Parts: sequence; C-alpha cells; structure tokens
Amino acid sequence: MPMQNICRVLQAEQLTADVFSLLLEAGALARAAKPGQFVNIKCGEGNLLRRPISICDAEGDTLRVVFQAKGEGTRWLAQRRSGDELDVLGPLGHGYDYPETGKVLVVGGGIGVPPMLLAGKRAPGGAVAAVGFRDQSACILLEDFEEANIPVKIASDNGTVGHHGFVDALVREYLTEDKTISAVFACGPRPMLKSVFTAAKEFGVPCFVSMEERMGCGIGACLVCACSVGGHYRHVCKDGPVFNAEEVDW
Amino acid sequence: MKHVDMSVNLAGMVMKNPVVVASGTYGFGREFNEFYDISALGGICCKGLTLHPREGNPPPRIAETPSGILNSVGLQNPGVDGFIAHELPWLRQRDVKIIANISGNTPEEYGIMCEKLSDSGVDMIEVNVSCPNVKCGGLQYGTVPAMTAEVTEQAKKHAGNVPVMIKLSPNVTDITAIARAVEDAGADAVSLINTIRGMRIDVNTRRPILHMNTGGLSGPAVLPVAVRMVWEVANTVKIPILGMGGVAKAEDAAQMMLAGATAVAVGTACFADPFAPVKVRDGLEAIAAAQGLSRVGELTGGVRPW
Ligand SMILES: Cc1cc2nc3c(=O)[nH]c(=O)nc-3n(C[C@H](O)[C@H](O)[C@H](O)COP(=O)(O)OP(=O)(O)OC[C@H]3O[C@@H](n4cnc5c(N)ncnc54)[C@H](O)[C@@H]3O)c2cc1C
Ligand SMILES: Cc1cc2nc3c(=O)[nH]c(=O)nc-3n(C[C@H](O)[C@H](O)[C@H](O)COP(=O)(O)O)c2cc1C
Ligand code: FES
Repeated sequence: MPMQNICRVLQAEQLTADVFSLLLEAGALARAAKPGQFVNIKCGEGNLLRRPISICDAEGDTLRVVFQAKGEGTRWLAQRRSGDELDVLGPLGHGYDYPETGKVLVVGGGIGVPPMLLAGKRAPGGAVAAVGFRDQSACILLEDFEEANIPVKIASDNGTVGHHGFVDALVREYLTEDKTISAVFACGPRPMLKSVFTAAKEFGVPCFVSMEERMGCGIGACLVCACSVGGHYRHVCKDGPVFNAEEVDW
Repeated sequence: MKHVDMSVNLAGMVMKNPVVVASGTYGFGREFNEFYDISALGGICCKGLTLHPREGNPPPRIAETPSGILNSVGLQNPGVDGFIAHELPWLRQRDVKIIANISGNTPEEYGIMCEKLSDSGVDMIEVNVSCPNVKCGGLQYGTVPAMTAEVTEQAKKHAGNVPVMIKLSPNVTDITAIARAVEDAGADAVSLINTIRGMRIDVNTRRPILHMNTGGLSGPAVLPVAVRMVWEVANTVKIPILGMGGVAKAEDAAQMMLAGATAVAVGTACFADPFAPVKVRDGLEAIAAAQGLSRVGELTGGVRPW
C-alpha cells in the first residue's frame, strides 16, 4: 500500500563526484519497503514531476536512497541536508520475487547498483553480487555490501578496478563456479541488462531486470511509463519496475 | 466558519462538490483510492475510451516543461466493453459521479460507444473531439464546427438519458465558434480545455523528447489560457461548463468558476500531489466561506470584467 510521507533527512552524504546518499526517517513507508521498489520524491516547487529513485536500503523506520545528480531535480535533491524535509510517495511498484530455494546473484551497473544492496540483504537463501562501474572513481557502496556479508566481484570499463570489461563476464564466472545460484536480479542501463540476461540464459538461470521509463503519476494511473513486455505495453511504475527478462521485448 | 453548500448541478448531474478529476490523469480511480477514499470527489472523468482496446504510443510518452508537461500517451485503454465489464462495477460502489470519456475515429463509432454506455450506469458521457477524423484526412473533429456538431448529434442520438458533454480542444482559432456549434447540436454541457499541442527537443541528441515528436501540454502553464477560454465560452453559450487546464490549487479553481465554470477538473496536479483534488475542494470551501457565500455555485460567472 503506497503512502505519502514527509520524511526528515537523517544523514546526507556525498559518495562520488556526482553520487549522493540520503538516509530518511520514513516510518511506515520504510517498514513496508520491499527490494526493487522505488519512491517518488518531490524535488522542490520548481519541478512539477516527482523523481523516481530506487530504495537502496530499509531498516526499521529508516530508508536510504542513493542517486546521481543529473538534471535539475536530482541536483536539488543533492543539496538536501540533515534536518531538511522531503515529500515522498512510496513504496511503489513491483519489486524482486525471491526464488523458493538457492542463492541470488545481484547485478548492478553504475547508478543501478543501489537497489541491489537491499535485494542482496533480504535474500532468504543468501546473495552474491557483481557490480560494474565506469572506473575506480565511480565505485559506490562496496563497504555496504561487505558489511552485509555479500561477496562482491567488480568490473570497470577501463580496468582501473576489478575485471577490465563488462559485468556480464562476472555473471558467467559466478554461474560457472556456483551452481546454487537460482536467480539473477539486475539493475542498470538497458544494454547491460540485455547482456546480463543473455549470460543468465546460457546457464538456464531465470533473470529479473529493473526497467526505467519516464513517469507521470508513478502509481499506475496515467499510463505514461510504458514498456513493451510480452508484446504489450506494461507500466514500469506499477507492473514493474522489475520484469522477467524473458518477457521483456528487447 | 459559515456553512457553505458545496453541491453543484452540472447539466442535471448533481455532485456533492464541484471538484472532478480530469480524464487520463486519474485512470479509473483505483490507484488514488489507495491514498484516500475517492468519494471525496464530486466526480471522476475516466481514462479516455475507444471502441476497441488500444495499446497507445511508443515511449517516451512524457516530457517535463516549465510549469507543465507534454504527454503523448495515445489513448491506451481497455476499450469501452472492458471498461463496462471490469472498471465500472467497482466505480459504481463509490459515492462519486462517473463521467465516461470517449474518443472515436468516425461519428458512427461515437454513436456505438454512447449506445453501449447509455444503460451502463455512468452518470455522464464526455466526448473527446481532439481525435483525428479518419474520413477527413486526420483533421481533428474538434477543430471544425460542422464536424464537432456531427459528432455531438451522433452522441446525443445514442446516449439515451445520459447527459452528453463535449470536451473542446484549445487548438483552434475561435473556440466560441465550436462551442456554439456544439450547443446548437444539442450538447448538454461542454468541458475545456484539452491539452495544447507542443514540442520539446533535446539539444544534444537533436531528438524530440517524445517519441511521437509532439504532444499535449497541460499543468499550471496552461491555466491562464484555460481561464480565458472558459470565460469566452461562458459568454457565448448557455449550457454549463466543466473548466479545466492547469488547476493545482483552490485559487485556480475559483478563477475557473468566476470565469463561468459550474465545476472544475484537476488533472496534471494529481501527479505532483495525489491529494491535490481534495485540497482544491477544501480550499474552495474556505474561499467561499471567506467571501460569505452560502453556495459555492455563487462563484460561477462572478467575474467583474473591466
Ligand atoms: C524505477 C526507477 C528507479 C530509479 N532509481 C534511481 C536510483 O536509485 N538512483 C538514481 O540516481 N536514479 C534512479 N532513477 C533515474 C532517475 O529517476 C532520474 O535520473 C531522474 O528522474 C532524473 O531527474 P533530473 O531532474 O535530475 O533530470 P532531468 O533530465 O531534468 O529530468 C527531466 C524529467 O525526465 C525524467 N527522467 C530523466 N531521466 C530519467 C530516467 N533515467 N528515468 C526516468 N525518468 C527520467 C525526470 O524524472 C523528469 O521528469 C530511477 C528511475 C526509475 C524509473
Ligand atoms: C497523461 C494525460 C492523459 C490524458 N488523457 C486524456 C484522455 O484520455 N482523454 C481526454 O479527453 N483528455 C485527456 N487528457 C487531458 C486532460 O483531461 C486535461 O484536459 C488536460 O490535461 C488539462 O488539464 P490539467 O492541466 O489539469 O492536466 C490527458 C492529460 C494527460 C496529462
Ligand atoms: S507513471 Fe503513471 S502509470 Fe506509470
């Protein structure tokens, strides 16, 4: 059940040159949050539309979001400080459904990494992670995965950290080594999601991906956030953002 | 605070308050009903229906603009039969007036849809004439008085006792000419404005943001255009007006009513704040009380032009 909460910022942190983290006092909204869901945040009076941001972590009444300052809305969000209040709608959308048994492999690319933290933490059968970044300076949340006892393999586009190349190579590595992995969850740019899906398919492991689309209402009423799945336009904010990669019309 | 009678009568349809939600911004009400009981509203203009289900346009379907949005959803909907079977039974259990919104490719399609809706239990039919007429090279019905009149006649002929409200397009040179044609053709009410055609381009990629290149502008940016058009139409026709376009707060709704609207619809504002229509209702009551009115309807047409 989605709700509207005025959330107080408990902690504001800058993680890299353009990535920021906010810890929010979100009450019932935080308690209801599930992995893969998102919140829709009002970013000042000047921006009419709310900005969808994935839930990176939720513990008790606190909720964490990690985002890249890109345009006007997220730049406004990056200027929030501890004690400020934010108008937040959530938790929204359909998140990740865990397999009955086995481990999950969570895969994040760039600013797609944040939601994989909660997805890994909540996995009933445990999780391993593969994360990809542009270069070493773009790395985020590595200590958080470590603290949660989730093993992480890293890839970077230029080889400044971890594997030199894309995350799908790490997906193949994991799926070769560890036969207890029964599902792959991924979030990141579309080409990355497609290549992760291709890798998972080679091993016959089901893959679930988080899709992105521009939104209006964020709650399933305006039909703006269309994404073609199974030959029909489904809606990222309500039917998704997580879809079975097998059904997505790539 | 002095008690204000908030009820209004829109072409025989009595609503407990003048606040309605605009077609396409509120679905069929289910999602918003998770935030509050939608019986708080006077009425709901449902998502635009077509004779057959439609998938709509490819994404992106939305672009943010200064104080507004452009959309090109393209009437994705379950079709009129799907609406009657799956959405209407749920809506009818709510204490809110139900306004079905229809779009057709031909005047006959409008007639068939009205026939289906006439004994379905909807309280009003809103006819969207901002759709291309496939018989006239895709020209929009709502831009030519004779074509709008033809659609109005078809709708009236098949709607039985259900009142028919024609939703006017602002993309015309003289909206009063269209309004007059619609009144003469027997419409019970008019609603306005639909979205204003617009475009936004990404300077770096040189691509329009919307996949359809152009779309419809709505939100606070269009409010003054909408108020002006409501005022012009109110000075032209006697049938009542449902005013919309950019209403985000009670003061905006009061402007619409002063310009001549009997009731007011809130659309895009619901995206920024799902509670916007409820806040508009409460604020409207406060404005009426502060001005010492006994009925909110006393605002209608109350503007004092220079
Ligand atoms: C389900 C979902 C989860 C997301 N989670 C995160 C996250 O955890 N961290 C993060 O940094 N980003 C996330 N994003 C992307 C984020 O929503 C956009 O970066 C943000 O909306 C950009 O807003 P802006 O004002 O900075 O940019 P502008 O370009 O000024 O925004 C203009 C409009 O376009 C929309 N828009 C622009 N880019 C995107 C995009 N990629 N996806 C959807 N809408 C967009 C904006 O919401 C706004 O309405 C997520 C997107 C979705 C759909
Ligand atoms: C996403 C979206 C979808 C819409 N769909 C319809 C529709 O199906 N039928 C219709 O008559 N108007 C439709 N409209 C127009 C609105 O009902 C309304 O006339 C317009 O948005 C102006 O009001 P606003 O500024 O309060 O949103 C749509 C508007 C938006 C933003
Ligand atoms: S954003 Fe409105 S339906 Fe998804």
